[in-house]
Amino acid sequence: MDQLRDANWVLSVGTFLPLAGVLVMLFIPKAEEQLNKAVALLTALATLAVGVYTLTQFDYDQAGKMQFVAETNWISVIKSTYYIGLDGISLPLYFLSMVITVLVMIYSWNHIPSPGNPKAFLILMLVLQTGMAGTFIAQDLILFFVFFELVLLPMYFMIGVWGGENRQYASLKFFLYTMFGSALMLVAFLALFFKTGAESFASPYLVENGGAIAKNTQVWIFAGMFIGFAVKVPMFPFHTWLPDAHTQAPTQGSVILAAILLKLGTYGFMRIAIPILPDAAVEWAPWIGLLAVIGIIYGALGCLAQSDMKRLIAFSSVAHMGFVMLGISTLTSFGMNAAVFGMVAHGLITGMLFFIAGSVKDRYHTLEIARLSGMLKQVPKLGWILGFCAMASLGLPGLAGFWGEFPAILSAYNPADGLSEEIFRVYMVIAALGTVFAAAYLLWLYQRTAFGEPNPEFASHADGHGDGHGHGHGHGDDHEEIRDVNIFEWIAWTPLLIAIVLFGVLPNLMFKIIDPAVATIVSGFGG
Amino acid sequence: MLSSLLAATPWTSPVVDYHGLAPEIVVALGLCVVLLVDLFLAERSKWLLASLTGFTLLGAFIPVLTLALDDGGVRAMFDGRYVIDDFSLILKGLFLLAGYVVVLLSTTYIEEGEYYQGEYWVLMLSSILGMMMMTSSRDLVSVFVALEFLSIPAYMLAAWRKRDAKSNEAGVKYFLLGVFASAVMLYGMSLLYGVTNSTLLTDIGASISGELTAVRVLAIVFVVVGFAFKVSAVPFHTWAPDTYEGAPTPVTAFLSVASKAAGFVALVTVLYVAVPGGSDVWQPLVWVLAVLTMTVGNVLALRQTNIVRMLAYSSISQGGFILMPLAVAAEGGAGDAVLRSVVTYLIVYAATNLGTFAVILAVSRKTRSGEISSFGGLFSYAPGLGVVMTIFLGSLAGIPPLGGWIGKFSAFQAVLEAGTGWAYAIAVIGAVNSVVAFGYYGNVMREIWMRPVPDGDTTPIRTPAPLVLALSITTLSTLALGVLPGVALHFGDLATFAGAIGG
Repeated sequence: MDQLRDANWVLSVGTFLPLAGVLVMLFIPKAEEQLNKAVALLTALATLAVGVYTLTQFDYDQAGKMQFVAETNWISVIKSTYYIGLDGISLPLYFLSMVITVLVMIYSWNHIPSPGNPKAFLILMLVLQTGMAGTFIAQDLILFFVFFELVLLPMYFMIGVWGGENRQYASLKFFLYTMFGSALMLVAFLALFFKTGAESFASPYLVENGGAIAKNTQVWIFAGMFIGFAVKVPMFPFHTWLPDAHTQAPTQGSVILAAILLKLGTYGFMRIAIPILPDAAVEWAPWIGLLAVIGIIYGALGCLAQSDMKRLIAFSSVAHMGFVMLGISTLTSFGMNAAVFGMVAHGLITGMLFFIAGSVKDRYHTLEIARLSGMLKQVPKLGWILGFCAMASLGLPGLAGFWGEFPAILSAYNPADGLSEEIFRVYMVIAALGTVFAAAYLLWLYQRTAFGEPNPEFASHADGHGDGHGHGHGHGDDHEEIRDVNIFEWIAWTPLLIAIVLFGVLPNLMFKIIDPAVATIVSGFGG
Repeated sequence: MLSSLLAATPWTSPVVDYHGLAPEIVVALGLCVVLLVDLFLAERSKWLLASLTGFTLLGAFIPVLTLALDDGGVRAMFDGRYVIDDFSLILKGLFLLAGYVVVLLSTTYIEEGEYYQGEYWVLMLSSILGMMMMTSSRDLVSVFVALEFLSIPAYMLAAWRKRDAKSNEAGVKYFLLGVFASAVMLYGMSLLYGVTNSTLLTDIGASISGELTAVRVLAIVFVVVGFAFKVSAVPFHTWAPDTYEGAPTPVTAFLSVASKAAGFVALVTVLYVAVPGGSDVWQPLVWVLAVLTMTVGNVLALRQTNIVRMLAYSSISQGGFILMPLAVAAEGGAGDAVLRSVVTYLIVYAATNLGTFAVILAVSRKTRSGEISSFGGLFSYAPGLGVVMTIFLGSLAGIPPLGGWIGKFSAFQAVLEAGTGWAYAIAVIGAVNSVVAFGYYGNVMREIWMRPVPDGDTTPIRTPAPLVLALSITTLSTLALGVLPGVALHFGDLATFAGAIGG
């Protein structure tokens, strides 16, 4: 692997800087809430600055190659190295994780969920950021595994401590599902290691030698990885932790979960499972495709049945990740491009939807769709933003969501060599139907919550001032005014809204980074 | 009569390598000093004994270091019956450090306990001395003597709180089942001696190979079963929960870490050196024991409401993970990896489990309760202890980047290196079990972070200085071993294990 850049400190600093912030915060007393928030935000901003620097230093003509590669001894006894690098697939996700963390920190300024304690909450968030960023740059399977697991505990506590009523059940379910997957994934990694001659855990080495493993063995090893990644995505039928986790998580947790954590799974498929075990990937692809379209339809039907706004958005994630997985399962360059774009777009849009859900909950103290109505009259700005995001989510051309969904469906028309065209064309038709359902549940949601007269329950104290006053701790006070979008929300949301439009209008901004990297992955499939 | 005997075989004094024996000598001297000083100390100065014990252990660590840095290779004494190699040095170091942490855990507890103090430290030092001897023993007789030497003081330590019925129950149960196990093992050893005509492990290893006669099979099975009692493997685990619950908490920490590790040391030594040729017998046996141990330990741990009992079952289940790679130790080239994983696991587990007990001791000083629910809301009034306990529990559950993961990882790695069907089967069973284990570790985390304080008493916890030191040592090692696992694995990477499989 060429060392394209000398600046190979960039990724390590970008990944571990949040931990430096954690170290500082450990010495700040819990009572100094503002100081804690400031340090956390500054750390996140500094991390983002490193991320921006990475963006500027990235060689876009060589996006298909690993850049900023750093390799040094780590656990030499088991031949695992600290081996990191970044290519066109990792870059958007790596950067997205930094952006989302900053925005969530800003949102947290006056939205620390009950029972408070911003110090612990923000420390967990910074640890989470290290885990997410690290997963996207790790080029060694053991390193990948460590980062992949590092996100578990912080998220567990974030849901379990700051979550909704059913938080303890939801957090345990989240944890057990993910851990079950990753335990089998680890066994698969080890089997892979020994079957390739017990030489190295570095992914370039494994990509080179993985293909030589007997097909039968490949299929089994793939099965272990499949469970690990599919739980994380989550694919049907491993998705049942997701609605619970999302519904119970605090807003910040939901946003991070939707925007980044789910992508760890799909990213794992693209980075590890498929390139290393190409024969098994061809065998598994039709089944992955099948589960993906089941997920699309099932998620959509699930959405139609929900009475809770947050739960509805959670189910829509299942459907959207179905599109991503469908794109991946075609094993074509076209489909994988769509998949990466879909991951980022889903991160932006669904992250935004969860922000909105959080703000609605803050104002109305409920997310029951039946009790919400007339948001456009009562909180017009929030209502409009919800409408905008719903449109983006259903895949309206001109907004980012379209470029994830539409090419994914299209790619199923012509899957890679060795895959049955008939089967994938059936998937294509089903997935296309799924978009209709998506339009149905999102528009229906919008119609029920935004149109009409405000619910008299909340109407008496309706007014539309958008000042920066906090609504932090929901305690169900009936005399609290219902205000429109406040300043912290504007700061946190504007970048996401801009990005949704920008990538909708100029999808090539991202495709041109992704494409060369994807081409490397699918080169073995004649896609 | 006597003169004729002396004339027949001219007796020469065996060569004693005093440098090699220095760690044992230091501990033995320290033991005598503590015993003597105790006689002349006034009641209010008894705390000196704890310091004396601690310094003895740290002092014994110095010759361990000089021996480790010495390039003289393997030192063997008494025709190879007492060997000082890397394996024994690393484990001696582990026992000394673990012993030191246990001393820190005990200090306040014993001072406040109104029981005899001097005897406590003497017994603890003798048990540790037995463990150190165990690491070097390469002869059936010395293995047995070392095992009794480390066990008998432990029986008495378990019954330390002599006016407490549970503590008496703990001691008696531990004693009866321990003696029973010794008897079974001794019977197996006598059969081994009978069929091989030697007590030297390497001699036995040389003569047990190929076709095994029934008596050899019986001998191997009896020895393995005897050790299975010592390491509380299912179905020979029944003493563990009652003993752990009844014994004074620092003693429980000692038993669950050091005593158990010593059992594994003995088991590994015998399997690797004495009966590698009998692997057709003991591999399936250990396989079944490992699967039962990790599964039954896990399932029973899920049901516990008392934290020490829960940890007792957790410790049984962890023992299953240590046994797991031994079930494939003789397959292909897996021997080295298996040995490495066992040693690594013991190191990591010692750091983590001692830390867990340190937190339990600190918390129970305030709550005066052993129930898991007494940890409710710990994070809200003692965030430091809450976070540290979370680290230990996460490490026990094997979550990266906390220490425990590298133990689990190296165990899986060793198993998969063997690569047989049985190996894959036990790896998958182990993977599922490691997830189930989170059920009970997570339950304690949930109490700490998400539940209210049981009686609303949120006065902060005052942790005595020795406990703080113990907590710092264990926390730092747990984190360091997890982030830089190369350190632990490096210690486990043993070039020499005289006469062992693959060695």
